[in-house]
Amino acid sequence: MNGPLLSVRGLTVRYGAIEALHGIDLDVPEGRIVTLIGSNGAGKTTTLRTISGLLRASAGSVAFAGEEIGELAPHEIVKRGVVQAPEGRGIFPNMSVDENLALGAFTRSDSAGIAADRERSLALFPRLRERLSQSAGTLSGGEQQMLAIARALLARPRLLLLDEPSLGLAPQVVATIFRIVREINAAGTTILLVEQNARMALSVSHVGCVLEVGRIVLRDEASALAKSDSVRRAYLGGE
Amino acid sequence: MTKLLQTAMDAVAVGSLYALIALGYTMVYGVLKFINFAHSDIFVLGAWSSFAMAAALGWTKAGATPPLLGGFAILLASMAFCAAAGIAIERFAYRPLRGAPRLNVLITAIGVSLLLQNVGQLPFVFGTQPQRMPQLLPDRVLASVAGVDLRLVDLIGAGTAVALMLGLEALVFRTKLGRAMRAVSWDVKTAALMGIPVDRVVAFTFGLGSALAAAAGLLYAMKYPGLNQPAHATWVLLGLKAFVAAVVGGIGNIRGAMLGGLLIGAVELFGAAYFSPHLRDLYVFTLLILVLLYRPAGLLGRAAVEKV
Repeated sequence: MNGPLLSVRGLTVRYGAIEALHGIDLDVPEGRIVTLIGSNGAGKTTTLRTISGLLRASAGSVAFAGEEIGELAPHEIVKRGVVQAPEGRGIFPNMSVDENLALGAFTRSDSAGIAADRERSLALFPRLRERLSQSAGTLSGGEQQMLAIARALLARPRLLLLDEPSLGLAPQVVATIFRIVREINAAGTTILLVEQNARMALSVSHVGCVLEVGRIVLRDEASALAKSDSVRRAYLGGE
Repeated sequence: MTKLLQTAMDAVAVGSLYALIALGYTMVYGVLKFINFAHSDIFVLGAWSSFAMAAALGWTKAGATPPLLGGFAILLASMAFCAAAGIAIERFAYRPLRGAPRLNVLITAIGVSLLLQNVGQLPFVFGTQPQRMPQLLPDRVLASVAGVDLRLVDLIGAGTAVALMLGLEALVFRTKLGRAMRAVSWDVKTAALMGIPVDRVVAFTFGLGSALAAAAGLLYAMKYPGLNQPAHATWVLLGLKAFVAAVVGGIGNIRGAMLGGLLIGAVELFGAAYFSPHLRDLYVFTLLILVLLYRPAGLLGRAAVEKV
């Protein structure tokens, strides 16, 4: 296939009278980790929600693997391989860890394949294996984030959307999660990552984009962005 | 002793019917977070469509004896019919309002309820005359304990209600579809991100709740064969008590609806038998007030924080 796996053009999203995204362009090439950094309210979550079909764009297009998906229902988008681990983890706290994982595989019926992917997910997150029968609400924040990612993997994503996986977690846990994000990518899954923790996000990504109040203002190799003065000043806390 | 036993049997019979209706209220609340006020009219539709089918088959004539499994055939047919009606109501009345303020949906539900009541009274539908439901289920006295007859029809009625509830419990807690229903009930958006077709799950939930209400309608008419016209106040009150059962058990909670139904049945019938039969509604609504005062989330409900 030529061209990027995900291609967003002129995406405009409004909440009532307020325009949250003012026509953004974004490409995610196959096999890469692309990160979208930006401060609170810049439109990062809005972008991911629109790609997943939870929000409707008022203008622009979203194409995945060459097919326009902007008008599809969220479950159709998941079926095509665009899977999101949402902000705030979105686990089902009243269900067991095992049931949460099973929900991740909802669109699939190949039980052998599901079992293999479940094993692979549990190998990535061994702590979940110890807690399979526990209700997900009793997990720690870090474990819930691991569950959210493991669950998304069970849908067998071609493109994994991660919304703020570092949110509210201790630095040690964040480091573990980003190490695993890299492993998932190395195993062949393309990733679009949204983060406030710019330093961490740029350190694992290939390409970075800076989103500022609904516009993409910078786009470069992640390593170059991490060195850029303006990014350092605004997002990395450097002088 | 006789009175105690008789009252207990009636309480279980009526309570399990309340429970069947309450399940529909609670399941719809679970997935869409609104009270479907048209649900009690589906219960009425269940009773009246059963009657209409029995009449069409000539089983309402004096001296007619329906075949052994005729009652079950009508039960299944009216469940299917009401399920279709419930799905249609959701599709055309409620789905266009997805995302609208909840008050709008609530008002629409009241509108649907009035529509069903009034269409039911049309002369070519069910009419405005009360009818007598024929006994469609096999009946004989199985045993006599302390002067109380244990009747086969009561046993079949309660047995059917319990079997339906056990079936529902298994469906909701042991199948993939049930898991999807619980996911939608917890959080629609996250459920959609799992690849769950939310609209289809909601439609299925309406169909399921309506089928259970239809079963309750037929079973109720087996126990109390005097069938009032579709808009009669007795139906409204029955639906209201089933709704109370759902709230008492904890709205949105399936086991709570079953428990609430049985509890409401017990309070109503024991109160009627041992205090005054004139105040039976009072017992039910007093229980509601007490539960709302001391356990506002219901007996099995969790105190929910309203999500914004």
